[in-house]
Amino acid sequence: MNPEKAAEIDFQSVPLDPDTLDDVSQAERPIVEVRGVTVRFESQTILKEIDLQIERGQTLAIIGESGCGKTVLMKTIIGLIAPSQGAVLFDGRDLGRISQQEMTRTRRRFGFVFQNAALFDSMNIFDNIAFPILQHEKASDSEIEGRVMEKLSEVGLPPEAAMKFPAELSGGMRKRVGLARALILQPELVVYDEPTTGLDPIMSDVINELILATRRNYPVTSVIVTHDMRTARKVANRVVMLYPRRRLEADQSQMLFDGSPSDLDHADDRRVRQFVRGEAGERINELLRETAAISQPAASQA
Amino acid sequence: MAGLTYQDDLPLGEKRPGKISHWVTDWGGMVVDGVSTVGDIAIFAYQMFVWMFTRRPAKGTLLINFYHVGVLSLPVVALTGTFIGMVLAVQSHRQFAMIGMENRLGAVINSSLVRELGPVLAATMLAGRVGSAIAAVIGTMRVTEQIEALTTMGANPIHYLVVPRFLACLLLIPALTIMADFMGIVGGYFYSVVVLGIDHAAYLQNSADFVTGYDLFSGILKSIFFGGIIAIVSCYRGFNCQAGAEGVGQAATAAFVMSFVLILGVDLVLNILLEAFYYAVWAPETSL
Repeated sequence: MNPEKAAEIDFQSVPLDPDTLDDVSQAERPIVEVRGVTVRFESQTILKEIDLQIERGQTLAIIGESGCGKTVLMKTIIGLIAPSQGAVLFDGRDLGRISQQEMTRTRRRFGFVFQNAALFDSMNIFDNIAFPILQHEKASDSEIEGRVMEKLSEVGLPPEAAMKFPAELSGGMRKRVGLARALILQPELVVYDEPTTGLDPIMSDVINELILATRRNYPVTSVIVTHDMRTARKVANRVVMLYPRRRLEADQSQMLFDGSPSDLDHADDRRVRQFVRGEAGERINELLRETAAISQPAASQA
Repeated sequence: MAGLTYQDDLPLGEKRPGKISHWVTDWGGMVVDGVSTVGDIAIFAYQMFVWMFTRRPAKGTLLINFYHVGVLSLPVVALTGTFIGMVLAVQSHRQFAMIGMENRLGAVINSSLVRELGPVLAATMLAGRVGSAIAAVIGTMRVTEQIEALTTMGANPIHYLVVPRFLACLLLIPALTIMADFMGIVGGYFYSVVVLGIDHAAYLQNSADFVTGYDLFSGILKSIFFGGIIAIVSCYRGFNCQAGAEGVGQAATAAFVMSFVLILGVDLVLNILLEAFYYAVWAPETSL
């Protein structure tokens, strides 16, 4: 959605009660709706009045420089962070209004691939991948083993890896185990936090191909938070760029871009083009001014 | 420093805050932080109790924690208990000998061990060995997003991580206390009878006369409170760990320091209450 258009919508008039949404069929309804979400940590506003709709089957890349709130937005989407204002609807249900039990059931429909995989150190790879099954299903040992081995194979890991511990694996292998764990329950929404960060170009491309293969094999919606423009271009069919709130005027939207990856190079906003090309531009001068502003009072105090 | 205003930034005519203002601000901030931490721990403990009584923890998570808290702590608790028993004998012997009462050494050593030193010693060792480890493990899980991973997979971190550790500390600290008591008694007996040459029969007789079942009961009762404190404080510190290796280290240190201070404070309160209860119910005569 165009950010300017989104800003025009009166969200006060949009009903948040999921019961009123019954007339909209599930297939037509966006899987995720972010409505006027503001997130504050103490006095710092990270996200302000973000509006976003993610359609079923879409692969959305959220890009932006460090500290712009990408990861906060992603964690808000899956209910890990409660918005200070606004609401996040997953399949028409307001995550802020559902009970703890319902939230647990809803989480079965999410898969989350963490930046550093976040595998449980105390468990071997088999137990890590089987963990979601044990939490949500009553499956026999043989069934669990079959599913875990199938997922290991899908992410290109040999069966011997199952008995290893996370500390014994390389970064790329850990990411693939994280992906296997996120996919084991065949979720409807998979969220990737910096899936290629810290990996060599070949392994980055392996991860990108796995994300594409997942989309081909399952009816899954994906949200990818990334700095990696190669990943965004290759994997996503929609890109949203966020900008740090602190560097914007009060009335400016934090979403600088919302469109297809092919439109990125021709974006109207200079900051989007600079980010996509990896150009520092006037950002160097901004950083120098910020540093001077910090050091000046300290010097006067001394 | 928060709250400081630079001279150049002050509006015209406004005075720079004085030293007393800073002092009040600093102390006020510390009081607010302290009250806030107590409130946070109370809410954390409440959530833990709710989960403990609403959903049974998985057997796998319980057994591994029982092993870490109980089995692996046993040698160190036994060893320190033995040494404390012997140290008590060394320290008390000279004073008792001066008044010709060295045969009564068994009474003071064993009574001190069973009432006070056994439970506090076992709790201190548990806070140092297990409490710090709990804070470090949970803190590392926090820093490496493993706790968030638990949440995203539908597992409640308090139910999965805190409840088994709480139960392990609560249920196994009485056993560790009994071990510390027993080994302290053995150590005290060995040093008094074998090294110092105190009469074996008199030592045992005095021990039997002055150490009561109530002493043992009160020691074990206190230890249960200590176990609960260690588990809740250590898990809380781990859950609220700051980022990075330094944050994990601080969480482990804070878990031990906070547990130890609370153990001593709660020990004092429980001693007062248990003594009052004992004298109210039995009103025994006190004489050596």
